[in-house]
Amino acid sequence: MAKERFPKIYLYRRIVLAKLFIDNHFADNIDLSGIAGEASFSAFHFIRLFKITYGKTPHQYLTWVRIENAKLLLKTGIPVADVCYSVGFDSVSSFTGLFKRFATMTPSVYQQQHARRKKELTSTPLKFVPNCFAESILGSSQQK
Amino acid sequence: MISKLSHVSIFVLSQDSAYNFYVNTLGFKVHTDAPMGPGMRWLTVCPPEQPDLEISLMAIAEGMMFDKESAKQMRDLVSKGTFGFGVFECNNLLATYEELKAKGVKFTKEPTKEFYGFEALFVDDSGNWFSLGEKEKKS
Repeated sequence: MAKERFPKIYLYRRIVLAKLFIDNHFADNIDLSGIAGEASFSAFHFIRLFKITYGKTPHQYLTWVRIENAKLLLKTGIPVADVCYSVGFDSVSSFTGLFKRFATMTPSVYQQQHARRKKELTSTPLKFVPNCFAESILGSSQQK
Repeated sequence: MISKLSHVSIFVLSQDSAYNFYVNTLGFKVHTDAPMGPGMRWLTVCPPEQPDLEISLMAIAEGMMFDKESAKQMRDLVSKGTFGFGVFECNNLLATYEELKAKGVKFTKEPTKEFYGFEALFVDDSGNWFSLGEKEKKS
């Protein structure tokens, strides 16, 4: 058992539970100090262990998860303001600023880029497939 | 001179199920997901920190790459865990192991310190197995 060989694995188990909580509740108004308490850590110890494990503080990680989920929603064409509130931000201007910092472009530019790519994927899908595979897709569809 | 690997294929029993495993469980990003005509779908995903390596999740089905008999043979071989497709890397093996186990991933080897490094083995939803290693920490 991993438990016997790695006696401190219970610490990781608690940190992982906190991370999964953020993954599942990023859109809510999460109280990060509450998560530390739930995981039976002091806030300081929790932040330190979380950062050692994931390279980000819980707050930085929460922001990152929200931005990553915002990218997915933007790709579906939902208006920027709706995306902002759906992923847990309460101000469009702070969302836009953070998004730009993470994605190096504004949410609306990101959305436009993906709309163009989606259009291209529909009109010329084989452009996105390497040559050898494109040829076998073509060959296979001609047989059908 | 070859400069890099851009695409690699993993043969899967079902692209829908593989999408769920690689994207929702492992946390990979979808690079391209496009229908290519009846019964064909080009689906590629990337590890989160490797956006320029596309892993093509290729359905084992009669048509594109396999005839009927080869597809059956390949499905049987994949299902019984014949193929080890590669080595994934993470920053913290114990944390990643705990997370994936909590998400229902089947491990065939728990994290173990070997002479070559710290590794675990897991199986995808089709039966393909992978080594999961921890990135060596800079002192």
